[in-house]
Amino acid sequence: MNSLSPILILLTAFIAVFLEASFDGFRHWLGVQIDLLPSLIVYASLSSSMVTITLLAVLGGLWFDSLSANPLGITVLPLFLAGFLIYLRRGLILREQIFARWVLGLAASGFVPLVTIVLLLTLRQAPLLGWEFVWQWMVMTASGALLTPVCFRFFDGLDHLLVYRPAKESSFRPDREIRRGR
Amino acid sequence: MLNKAHFKALGFVGLLTIVLVFGLPRQTAAQFKLAIGSLFLPLFGLSRTAHHLTREAGDALVSRGELLRLNEALRHTNAVLQLQGQQLAAVIAENDRLRAYYNWQRTTLWKDRLRLARVVARDPANWWQTISIDLGSLQGMREDLPVLSQEGLVGRIKSVSLTRSQVVLISDPGCKVSAAIEGTRELGVITGSASPINHTLVRLSHLASTTVIKPGQTVRTSGSGGVFPAGIHIGKIAEDPQAVDFGQSSEARVKLGADLNALDEVWVLTMP
Repeated sequence: MNSLSPILILLTAFIAVFLEASFDGFRHWLGVQIDLLPSLIVYASLSSSMVTITLLAVLGGLWFDSLSANPLGITVLPLFLAGFLIYLRRGLILREQIFARWVLGLAASGFVPLVTIVLLLTLRQAPLLGWEFVWQWMVMTASGALLTPVCFRFFDGLDHLLVYRPAKESSFRPDREIRRGR
Repeated sequence: MLNKAHFKALGFVGLLTIVLVFGLPRQTAAQFKLAIGSLFLPLFGLSRTAHHLTREAGDALVSRGELLRLNEALRHTNAVLQLQGQQLAAVIAENDRLRAYYNWQRTTLWKDRLRLARVVARDPANWWQTISIDLGSLQGMREDLPVLSQEGLVGRIKSVSLTRSQVVLISDPGCKVSAAIEGTRELGVITGSASPINHTLVRLSHLASTTVIKPGQTVRTSGSGGVFPAGIHIGKIAEDPQAVDFGQSSEARVKLGADLNALDEVWVLTMP
């Protein structure tokens, strides 16, 4: 694995958190801000090492919480759990299938906010719950499902562009060349 | 199958969560949050510059005719406001005389204590309704200062760092506001958003069960509670009140004056 991939994933997470805080397009349209971190953790868990998943969960969670009213560190555990559970079963997952990516994105995007809310309630915080949250959760889950295949496509494209690949060895051998005479 | 590396990663994340969420004192956690959040300052700076440049480019494209028309409209508004100001000065003087006559305490004017702030970020988590503004403790900000827009109340300052403050919006259940309905003696409490999509509708709870209010009536801060001064415009009653808690009290929906989804600049009401 090339060391550029984890850096690209972390850089994307950083920019994604910034965009979630500063770009209000989806909030105006749907009343909900979409979250890109679950999609990124799905990609990382299917394509990278445990170290990358841990780094993404820790840094992504801390960046997210630093711009939010969440207690610092509350998002780290849900993100990590989502990535860890996928990582344990990644040998059985058909990574190349768009449907598999879609389902994993759906599951992770639904799982992360739910666990975060449970943790917040455990800490006796009072987040916005009720019908508002059901709507937000549905939109976040659906948008996560749609964004995960896009995320795979984006990183596969970047990987193709930036990461060095050794040239495949040709089957041509000059000592086996058939020289035709007259 | 779990191996040693998996257990190490699980243990690290678990321990980190426990230390950060449960172990850190509130003050230290806030400082950590500020330090991590400051990593985004270059990006926010870039965003601000890009926004400024776009606006300047837009300004450069406005035609002279359009500018003249705007100038004329502003002149007209200025003249009307000056006349209203003269009239108000007379009313204030009369009010002061009457207060002196009845020995009432003079109401403090809060319009002179407003400071303009720019909204730099919104909460990325959907379960909080907060924004960040570009004024912090260096500019005299402190917790619980009211935040307004030209259209009405926006919220109050929840936490303050050196150069930034977090504002909890009126549509968040954590920002409770004591409200009075103009033209009546009814009092209620604004208790958060009343619609999952439209955050300009909020709930006005704890109204008396016998309350008689009508759609269109103006809702303002009542001044009780000690955070918001009386008289700040909140919005208008959107529909007839409905009985809640088995008829013990009633609740109405209020259409906020301020559009919380389109806040670029806000005013902070500082202490005298």
